Amino acid sequence: MTREIAVIAFAQTDHRRTTEDVSEVEMLMPVLHDVLEQTGLKTADIDFTCSGSSDYLAGRAFSFTMALDGVGAWPPISESHVEMDGAWALYEAWTKLLTGDADTALVYGYGKSSPGSVRDVLTRQLDPYYVAPLWPDSVALAALQAQALIDAGETDEPALAAVAARSRASAAANSRAQLRGSVPQGDYVVRPLRTGDCPPVGDGAAAVILAAGERARELCERPAWIRGIDHRIEAHGLGVRDLTDSPSTRLAAERAGAFERPVDTAELHAPFTSQEVVLRKALRLDGSVNVNPSGGALAAHPLMAAGLIRIGEAAARIHRGASDRALAHATSGPCLQQNLVAVLEGDAR
Amino acid sequence: MSKEPVAVVGIGQTKHVSARRDVSIAGMVREAARRALDDAELTWADIDAVVIGKAPDFFEGVMMPELYLADALGAVGKPMLRVHTAGSVGGSTALVATNLIAGRVHGTVLTLAYEKQSESNAMWGLSLPIPFQQPLVAGAGGFFAPHVRAYMRRTGAPDTVGSLVAYKDRRNALKNPYAHLHEHDITLEKVQASPMLWDPIRYSETCPSSDGACAMILTDRAGAARSPRPPAWMHGGAMRSEPTLFAGKDFVSPQAGKDCAADVYRQAGIADPRRDIDAVEMYVPFSWYEPMWLENLGFAEEGEGWKLTESGVTELDGDLPVSMSGGVLSTNPIGASGMIRFAEAALQVRGQAGEHQVDGARRVLGHAYGGGSQFFSMWLVGSAPPAS
Repeated sequence: MTREIAVIAFAQTDHRRTTEDVSEVEMLMPVLHDVLEQTGLKTADIDFTCSGSSDYLAGRAFSFTMALDGVGAWPPISESHVEMDGAWALYEAWTKLLTGDADTALVYGYGKSSPGSVRDVLTRQLDPYYVAPLWPDSVALAALQAQALIDAGETDEPALAAVAARSRASAAANSRAQLRGSVPQGDYVVRPLRTGDCPPVGDGAAAVILAAGERARELCERPAWIRGIDHRIEAHGLGVRDLTDSPSTRLAAERAGAFERPVDTAELHAPFTSQEVVLRKALRLDGSVNVNPSGGALAAHPLMAAGLIRIGEAAARIHRGASDRALAHATSGPCLQQNLVAVLEGDAR
Repeated sequence: MSKEPVAVVGIGQTKHVSARRDVSIAGMVREAARRALDDAELTWADIDAVVIGKAPDFFEGVMMPELYLADALGAVGKPMLRVHTAGSVGGSTALVATNLIAGRVHGTVLTLAYEKQSESNAMWGLSLPIPFQQPLVAGAGGFFAPHVRAYMRRTGAPDTVGSLVAYKDRRNALKNPYAHLHEHDITLEKVQASPMLWDPIRYSETCPSSDGACAMILTDRAGAARSPRPPAWMHGGAMRSEPTLFAGKDFVSPQAGKDCAADVYRQAGIADPRRDIDAVEMYVPFSWYEPMWLENLGFAEEGEGWKLTESGVTELDGDLPVSMSGGVLSTNPIGASGMIRFAEAALQVRGQAGEHQVDGARRVLGHAYGGGSQFFSMWLVGSAPPAS
């Protein structure tokens, strides 16, 4: 891997409980325009475009095909799509840039969770024959993981409440976030998880531009170089996994070079407070690391964009000089089944 | 910076049928993957990453099925990517896997695409609800028929051409043990006498609904050197997209298809596709798309595609065989259909296509498209490694 590739621009929407007033394309367009303006690039200058989304959120097949209208795919563009979080779209774009077939890439992810019941919709991710018919919802599955952590002595309810309070206090400085400042921990949703331990349901979109080598330096004052990026998946059956650990995160971090030198910032895609506990351990993050300065997924959680936002937030901190070496993480599936880790660095100052 | 050459060393598919009631989705995909591994004489441990594709999740009612399929495909502890680019997805999935090797991220990658249409109802899955879309609740045929009619009007093609393609593809399918439709008593008269579904598209000129999966093992130069059977080498691959609907869109010959083919030919050093390419495994879900794509892909001048078809050039023993396997018209597990085209192109240049082998096939194009003729994905594979 000889080619240097960087995140050179990041934009996101305001994340909101509902966006009935806009279509997906209308939600996406300002974000796409924003990243392009940051770099001075036009759609026609972009060598490769890749997006991440899920039909199940929109409730209709091929929903991503409409989003292309927002990109302005005429004349025809080199384009692809993953039915995953936009973080994996970024991974696909990164591999495309590595081949040398493209020097710039536009990556976006978006999700409108508000039209349906997210807890019900996500049950459709489960084994369709043996598990999905039981409709175990996403909060219930996360609660299993939280209880396993408590039983193992890895955390307790006050510690989880502290994760929530810290995240939302950090989000006070993030004008895009949906839940900010002091938010009550609330009642139990599924024991031991309370409202405050869970992510808000919301709609939103994000976009990133990648560029290789000298092109990145031309377009961005301080590019956020991707020093490593890797993702790994675990078994689907919760019964065959140790829910208090995340070996896939640890392996992805190793492959991404996260343990070679300390990071100063970590943006973790932990929709539930208890998942931050698991990720901190897998990623060996101690108190010296600024974890989720954006507020993380507990402050805003647009599905299929929240992972890409972690990479974008980490990169933006490098762009503005608030970080020199940052880790970004994205997750997919129940109880952290699949995990992606990216290590981003700015040039030495 | 030069790319790592990419080779296909393993191909596996299931026998495509209307309903695989004997296996789960996981069982079906594993069958194809297992066959690809056997072909390459590799084990699960030799695979560095898995790239999987299928058409909309609504077709089976499983959201992001890569999560559930991780175990069945030996992906636990490995990277697993899920691609979705509508009907072109099988091709796009292979190309995403290709990039992992070409960019030297991984050495050997399993790529797989599938559809198990019997688990749900694809017609429902394709009938987009208003107000999001025009109420084209007649499925894909209702969408494509007016564009076929436009082609006929534009080129003056006689209305017999579509039935010739269907008759050819269904006969080719008889030589392919994995094809879904094996109509042993097929005749041209039967095709022409079949009911009119979406004028001018007749019942026998449409694709079936299939359950099936297709897998390939892609590897780098070192992996190819260890291959027990001749590898197929990738000489060029590209994707192009354009919006579904806009003023001035040419549905008969979309610009994205032309641009995609031109990109592949440039990479592969193809100056004259008609002369330089030996055969084409083409995505033809409705028979009239063969002459239409012959023009779009540069094998015929505009308005001349139907003449190639009519003169027998695209027959299995013709000068430019098209859809040797029987094509999408004989086998259509939607999400896998693009990858089957790519895999069949690779089988041909490896000389392993059995009864539907084209003698001396050295360079073969695999082609896929999807959406409202808006997503294109193609690769050109050769029996010899790429020059540079």
